[in-house]
Amino acid sequence: MTDIQPVILLSALLFTIGVVGVISRRNALIIFMCVELMLNSSNLALVAFARQWGNLDGQLFVFFVMAVAAAEVAVGLALMVAIFRTKHSTNVDELSQLKG
Amino acid sequence: MSAEFLVFLVVALISVASALGLLLSKNAIYAAMFLILNMVSLAVIYLLLNAPFIAAVQVAVYAGAIMVLFVFVIMLLGAEKLNAPETRPGLKWQQPLALALGVALAFQALYVVFARGITAPANVIEAGPLAIGRLLFTTYLFPFEVASILLLAAMVGAVVLTKKDN
Amino acid sequence: MAILLLPILIPLIAAAINAVFGPKLGERTSGWLATLACMASFACSVVLFAQVAGQSEGGMNTNLFPWVWVENLHVSFGLLVDRLSAALMLIITGVGALIHLYSIGYMHGDSRFSRYFVYLNLFVAFMLVLVMGNNYLMMFVGWEGVGLCSYLLIGFWYEKAKNTDAARKAFVLNRIGDVGFIVGLLLMFSVFQSLNFSDVLGVGETGFKIGAAQLPFVGLITLLLLVGATGKSAQIPLLVWLPDAMSGPTPASALIHAATMVTAGIYMIVRSHVLFDAAPSSANVVALVGACTALLAGSIALRQYDIKKVLAYSTVSQLGFMVAAAGLGAYTASIFHLMTHAFFKALLFLAAGSVIHGMEHYAHNMAASHDEKHIDPQDMRNMGGLARKMPLTALTFLAGALSLAGLPPFSGFWSKDEIILAALERNPVVFALLAVTAVITAFYTGRQLMLVFWGTARTRDARNAQESGPLMTLPLLLLAILALFGGLLNFPGGLWLEHWLEPVLGAEPAAGFNVAIAILFSTLTIVALLVAFGLYRYGGRETQVKAQTGLKGALNRGWYLDDIYRAIFVIPFYALASFLARVFDLGGIDGVVNGIGRLVNTVALGARRYQSGFVRMYGLVMLFGVVAMLTWFMLSAR
Repeated sequence: MTDIQPVILLSALLFTIGVVGVISRRNALIIFMCVELMLNSSNLALVAFARQWGNLDGQLFVFFVMAVAAAEVAVGLALMVAIFRTKHSTNVDELSQLKG
Repeated sequence: MSAEFLVFLVVALISVASALGLLLSKNAIYAAMFLILNMVSLAVIYLLLNAPFIAAVQVAVYAGAIMVLFVFVIMLLGAEKLNAPETRPGLKWQQPLALALGVALAFQALYVVFARGITAPANVIEAGPLAIGRLLFTTYLFPFEVASILLLAAMVGAVVLTKKDN
Repeated sequence: MAILLLPILIPLIAAAINAVFGPKLGERTSGWLATLACMASFACSVVLFAQVAGQSEGGMNTNLFPWVWVENLHVSFGLLVDRLSAALMLIITGVGALIHLYSIGYMHGDSRFSRYFVYLNLFVAFMLVLVMGNNYLMMFVGWEGVGLCSYLLIGFWYEKAKNTDAARKAFVLNRIGDVGFIVGLLLMFSVFQSLNFSDVLGVGETGFKIGAAQLPFVGLITLLLLVGATGKSAQIPLLVWLPDAMSGPTPASALIHAATMVTAGIYMIVRSHVLFDAAPSSANVVALVGACTALLAGSIALRQYDIKKVLAYSTVSQLGFMVAAAGLGAYTASIFHLMTHAFFKALLFLAAGSVIHGMEHYAHNMAASHDEKHIDPQDMRNMGGLARKMPLTALTFLAGALSLAGLPPFSGFWSKDEIILAALERNPVVFALLAVTAVITAFYTGRQLMLVFWGTARTRDARNAQESGPLMTLPLLLLAILALFGGLLNFPGGLWLEHWLEPVLGAEPAAGFNVAIAILFSTLTIVALLVAFGLYRYGGRETQVKAQTGLKGALNRGWYLDDIYRAIFVIPFYALASFLARVFDLGGIDGVVNGIGRLVNTVALGARRYQSGFVRMYGLVMLFGVVAMLTWFMLSAR
């Protein structure tokens, strides 16, 4: 497949869906998954660009993004467990103590 | 229209549909399933884009490990049905506005992408695990080691955060 | 030339030692250290005096080190000992030493004994700086230094609000004069481009003439200097501080507010005589101010009951004599009167202190209990018949009083006679004022003598009064001798002082001696004294404390000067201050400050609504920013 444009297009669409999800959903777990979706869409763009330039650096980037995403998920889910223990809720609207 | 593009089209549709499913699903488990579907479809596209190693990692790490972790936490917390009623009536306008801004962002992306065509060269380069691994342990050795420390730190963090205070 | 510094340095070092170690040294060491320092300073002064006497003229003028050295303002830390300053140094350190000695006895038992001597030594040092400086800035340093010491000593017993009020009053009124002085110095510098006596006054030069370009300004400069003198020497209109200054310890009053500091204004005028000679109209103003002050203060002294207040007003009056003499150009007479006055007024104050001491004897040592009615030991109505109880004090007081009254052969007669003669020759108005004052002086002196020492004791405290110890009576005796024979300094036959000062003051028309005038004034003095003796022989009708009305009341209240000043200056000032404090400060300045605070608070209260704590709101805002930025990039990339 040599035409990259549709792939970038798909990446942009997925990213947008992820953004809307992060902003509009109230369930922290789903917000988290939408973040993963955004990361995936950027991964897709990176792979497409690697294909475009004919080298492997983009793919290596994807590899590192995955490593970071794994770390993030581990810490994020741990946070969520800790919060759930005290608040018994994953609704981010309930977690609004840090306000002016 | 080549066969490759046909495959891409189908897979792309599946991935967008699964993303929308993620966005709209009321149940966290369904959302996780939609995300897994999305990731697998992206893995197919990686294959089309001459990235077999990444595709394999995508399935193994993302769809496998990370999503299993998600599902595990959802189950652990019993949080699969968490479409709690809107408790902040003052924020009702927030979701439509988020949608409008998202659409605006999408149109901007479309505009940028369509502003000029992007094509890749026809020849492909070797992108198997050997090539990736060679690059990883030569040029990207330092980031690789940093990533390993990051993962270690994340592991310690997760342990500390979930540990009961005693 | 370091010996020039010694008279200043010795009291200063003693003051430093007493300031640091004083309370540990004990009364005896502390007091004697200060006294010996002052005596050493006196010894240095004698040596310097002898050296100056050996020279024909000019004196010793040394710049020790550059002090203020900017642009074309070049002022050295310089000392000048010529015949004028040498003579004054002798008075300051000599009388000062006697008063130090007296103070050891007088201040016995005071809780701040050593601090008193710190102030006293500091005063001597500053007073010497004042008269030894070879430029106006040095003089000003001394001027301010003695003002500070005066303030500290007036408010020495600061536990009583009355004393601190008096100290503040003295300080403020002196500052008013100082403003005039310093403005005069600024003008002087801009006109003469120098503040050194040698440049401005031609000290140490013969045939010095003020340049034609500077001459028009001299009148204004001298008037401004006069303002300074009215502050320090308590002349009209700034005279009201000196009577109140009597709330300090009596020996300090004797040294500072009678013998030395208050004569600084006279010294300044005499030192600047070149300027005053060049501005005859200013000199006339000086003479009139002096004469009016003399009469005004003398008249007030007629109806005072506080033994020290009488002396205070009499001091103001006598200072008026000196200022008038200086204004008339009779500089030698002015300095002569300054010296004799230093002797007899210091004597009178110390004797008055001894009287007060004696009056307090009962309350301090014999009172059965503290409940007994307290009697004001300074009120002359409570005294009477003290001559028998305190013979030495009475005798020495008599010497001082007769000297003040101007009875021959006491010293005051000769100096006052010289001034009156000069006035007769040069200015009839001044002569008239001074002549009346001379008679008044004799009258109130007689009144005081009668009220205090004659007749019978009117109160328990007066009955039990006791003579003071030798530490106090010895200085009294020495000063009495000086008061008796001080007139020899410029005895008409020899005119020693006039010849002595001639190199400094220039050749004056020789003060003659008019036998007719001398006999006339002696007679008037005797008559006034006798009338006073007759009126107050048995304490007069004034022994009862009662409200004073009419002229008597006006005199008793010091011609209502304090009340007038209060109405004109103090009350409007307080009103302005309270307006500024309440309306301007609280309303305006605080309003702005609080307003800014309130503004920030309001803005923050509004802004905190956007810090809602809702993560998805933050995300929305962030997305909005991203979209806006992308739009901006896309539009600008076109």
